[in-house]
Amino acid sequence: MKQQSSPTSRTDSPSYGFAYLNEQTKRMIRRALLKAVAVPGYQVPFASREMPMPYGWGTGGIQVTASILTPDDTLKVIDQGADDTTNAVSIRKFFRKTAGIQTTESTDEASIVQTRHRIPEQTLREDQILVYQVPIPEPLRFLEPRETETRKMHALEEYGLMHVKLYEDIARHGNIATTYAYPVHVHGRYVMDPSPTPKFDNPKMDKMPALQLFGAGREKRIYAIPPYTKVRSLDFDDHPFEVQKWDGACALCGETESFLDEVILDDQGGRMFCCSDSDHCGKRRETAGDSHAA
Amino acid sequence: MLHDDLSCPLLRARSVTKIYGDHVGCLGVSFDLWPGEVLAIVGESGSGKSTLLSCLSGAMEPSEGEVFYNADATGLTDLAGMPEPQLRALARTDWAFVHQNPRDGLRMSVSAGANIGERLMANGARHYSNIRTTAETWLEKVEIDTSRLDDLPETFSGGMQQRLQIARNLVTGPRLVFMDEPPGGLDVSVQARLLDLVRKLVADHELAVVIVTHDLAVARLLASRLMVMQAGRVVETGLADQVLDDPQAPYSQLLVSSVLQV
Repeated sequence: MKQQSSPTSRTDSPSYGFAYLNEQTKRMIRRALLKAVAVPGYQVPFASREMPMPYGWGTGGIQVTASILTPDDTLKVIDQGADDTTNAVSIRKFFRKTAGIQTTESTDEASIVQTRHRIPEQTLREDQILVYQVPIPEPLRFLEPRETETRKMHALEEYGLMHVKLYEDIARHGNIATTYAYPVHVHGRYVMDPSPTPKFDNPKMDKMPALQLFGAGREKRIYAIPPYTKVRSLDFDDHPFEVQKWDGACALCGETESFLDEVILDDQGGRMFCCSDSDHCGKRRETAGDSHAA
Repeated sequence: MLHDDLSCPLLRARSVTKIYGDHVGCLGVSFDLWPGEVLAIVGESGSGKSTLLSCLSGAMEPSEGEVFYNADATGLTDLAGMPEPQLRALARTDWAFVHQNPRDGLRMSVSAGANIGERLMANGARHYSNIRTTAETWLEKVEIDTSRLDDLPETFSGGMQQRLQIARNLVTGPRLVFMDEPPGGLDVSVQARLLDLVRKLVADHELAVVIVTHDLAVARLLASRLMVMQAGRVVETGLADQVLDDPQAPYSQLLVSSVLQV
């Protein structure tokens, strides 16, 4: 059978609508997104679709991105801060193919940034959207396995249990040892899991000018933080929230203020630290190179 | 206690009935519980004791009849008409529920300290050291060595788990405690120690207690008043010693006479 090319598609592939999802699905997701933005931090259920990749690889994030993409958008995808990892490369390629949009590795040029595990070091702007891939959206899940009960706890603002987890951390480790997926209180109402981003990135979520959207594909939940919303990390009065610090600097660009990855170099105990945000690190090396040349 | 007004009961049940399909859970139970009073509900298994306890503690809605609680702000209030947030708030401040199996009442995956601190944190405590100090004080009160503060309840013996459950429940200073066969499944000497402890705590903190048990010895030791149930109905009620020494209803007589003598 001969296939005819669809007039609405900007790509050569005739079997997809713009950005893979059909229009009804995108409308359904946009409705969930609107509700999520209206109630910051609240987990909105949505009819998550099967995507052509396994759960845990960002099926939630990719559906959110597909629903908000316009033909003029420029997409950046990062995985653990890096633009060049398998997950990031293949999601960029996926949207180039199904939406025909521009992609970039530069945080500056992107209008939408889809991320797994990191928030870019560079401050995002009002005209940018940050889309998170979320594995487990429910911050109370590990202490309360019943979904009916956690929903009720959210509805009645019964968040004491979250502090039980932090208490347990201090009792066992002497400090709050939760280093990622560190729970936050959004707009003084809902307690939210910021997805497995390191707690280093939590302060960036507070009053961020960009819109932040969270998609959990397997768990079928969407939530959001509107621009300039207050986001507070939970803590105790006598054990305040603090972020990770490193003794060294990035071995490639010399940065001391960014989130550093530890890289094992050999089996002799050799190691180095470098920026997890590859775009940030690259730009710093570029400007350093320029100033050397000049 | 501050709020206790002796002209008004703490808990009032009026013809509480629970029907499961065509089975009777409990039928037309009425009583008043006064502040500081210990009421034991005794009867064989299947007589509706636990059903009644669930209805009284708001865990289950009775098919007929009402349960009133004397809440601080509103006076005697019908539990069925109480909004859920208020009911849940009561359950973690004014009330306590001690389960028969401590595993049902404890959070097994976190330490003893966190278990005791949970109710405090649920009520807004956000100072780690204060929570810890309070938890330590309560471990002492229930005779658990304070060096076990950071241990998981898994590592505790059955008797210690039960005492930990009691500490976890009493830490917020409740006025009313529901107990479902508290010493069930413990060996006799541990039972005796636990009962001594409960009796001391009840006296020290002037608690009102509804205790469900099939063990008349428990009732004799703890209760000031006794209610004997059979097939969902209350067959006899009165002062504990009076009912145990001079049972009137045939079933109570049978129950008292069937206790094994050593």
